Amino acid sequence: VKRGSVAVVGAAETTDLGKIPDLSVIGLHADAALNAMADAGLRPADIDGVATAGISAEELAYYLGITPTWADGTNVGGCSFMLHVRHAAAAINEGLARTILITHGESGRSRVGAVPLARSAASLRGQFEAPYGAAGPPTMFTVPVLRYLKAYGLNEEDLAWVPVIQREWAARNPRASFRDPITVDDVLGSPVIAWPFRKLMCCLVTDGGGALILTAAEGAADFPRKPVYILGTGESTAAPLISQMEDFTSSRAFKVSGRKAFAEAGISHADVDHLMIYDAFAHLPLYGLEDLGFCKPGEAAGFIRDRNTAPPGPDGRSGQLPLNTNGGGLSYMHSGMYGMYALQESVRQLRGIAAAQVPGTRVSVCHGVGGWFAAAGTIVFSNEI
Amino acid sequence: MRILPEPTPETRHFWDGCNAGELLLQCCTACAETYFPPRPFCPRCASRDVHISRASGNGVLWSYVINHRPHPDVGSKPYAVAVVKLAEGPMMMTNIIDCPQTPEALRLDMPVRVRFVRQSEDITLPLFAPADGRIR
Repeated sequence: VKRGSVAVVGAAETTDLGKIPDLSVIGLHADAALNAMADAGLRPADIDGVATAGISAEELAYYLGITPTWADGTNVGGCSFMLHVRHAAAAINEGLARTILITHGESGRSRVGAVPLARSAASLRGQFEAPYGAAGPPTMFTVPVLRYLKAYGLNEEDLAWVPVIQREWAARNPRASFRDPITVDDVLGSPVIAWPFRKLMCCLVTDGGGALILTAAEGAADFPRKPVYILGTGESTAAPLISQMEDFTSSRAFKVSGRKAFAEAGISHADVDHLMIYDAFAHLPLYGLEDLGFCKPGEAAGFIRDRNTAPPGPDGRSGQLPLNTNGGGLSYMHSGMYGMYALQESVRQLRGIAAAQVPGTRVSVCHGVGGWFAAAGTIVFSNEI
Repeated sequence: MRILPEPTPETRHFWDGCNAGELLLQCCTACAETYFPPRPFCPRCASRDVHISRASGNGVLWSYVINHRPHPDVGSKPYAVAVVKLAEGPMMMTNIIDCPQTPEALRLDMPVRVRFVRQSEDITLPLFAPADGRIR
């Protein structure tokens, strides 16, 4: 993708977040899409490209009355939307479409119109993981972490700091599901889900959606909102079986995706003002900070505990690298495919309208994961080119 | 009752091996890579010239979580979803049996040895137990 050639000109979440029993999955996609079109001052006739995951691209286009010249149904799990942004930017560069709508909607909690996760007993996972009671993200995504902790001499308390600090960000966000402060003791004392993971180290399960509208940077300034430019993009995939992750202390997909995005953007780590790392579970920000190169291996837990990613504390000083400023999947919301909400927060921060606004944010890095370390997508955004 | 695997033509030898009490990996004749899960070519060099090799059945406990959520097909008590690093190199998901399902008993890097546990007429699962025999 050509640096700074494409911009986000529309961005919105569903009107409500959390528990939305009166909308089905496709209804959540549509609610977010209509909000994003209103945000950009566009109508369906103005959209000529669609990308989505969870429902099909053709369902989305049909339901909203869009006639696309480009469609992308990439589904690699929760970071699908990072890949959509990347693919859409490339498509706009190539002239395949001019104005692209990317949507997400998921009835994670209410399960209205939700399709159950398909599992085949003949798939690799069905044959070589499911028989051992690896049943869903809490018993798969979490499997590598004891090896990670042992490799670096860390313990469960180090893991517990992640939700504690993120809750501080959530406390500043009226739309966050959980806003009350928590301590390390609260986290370690919450019910065990899959040891060493306690409930407060696991993401929420909520309803919601979000949508983005992208178009060429040239002309983006004519839209109602301040444009947010795409500086760099990356994506990759790795083993879909958690037991086959190459290195239990590091994600190859994170590294490949991150390096590509940073190189394309031509930025260094010191240029990053704001960071989003998909946090379905407490260990993900640790892997993310290290695999994206913000911390050396094994040092991310200390980096977080030392308040480098935290909002202003009692002394009024905020961390040098604000991370997951919406409260993250651990406290803000998590419908199942959280990547869209991370993208929305990056856009809000760069527009200067976030609930917990980081002053002077110019560069935001947004990193997503799909499956259990099976895919990654990274977008570098800026409000300047 | 556990969710049992449905063997495919590419994996049939592995499950037949488990039924016969043998842990069968595959090895690339061209580059000597030993690999798992099964496939009819080498994941390192893509050669189709591969052969079945019988593993020793020894390994170490590499990582795990202890699931506390109800999961009736495995049992009503907390159980560990574990990954074993086989002596031959590949990783394999499994459960650790004949061992308390506690952090104290499930020590990373402890030696484990395969135990074949029949589940149905067609399927035997390769589970693992502590190899030193001290923990029961």
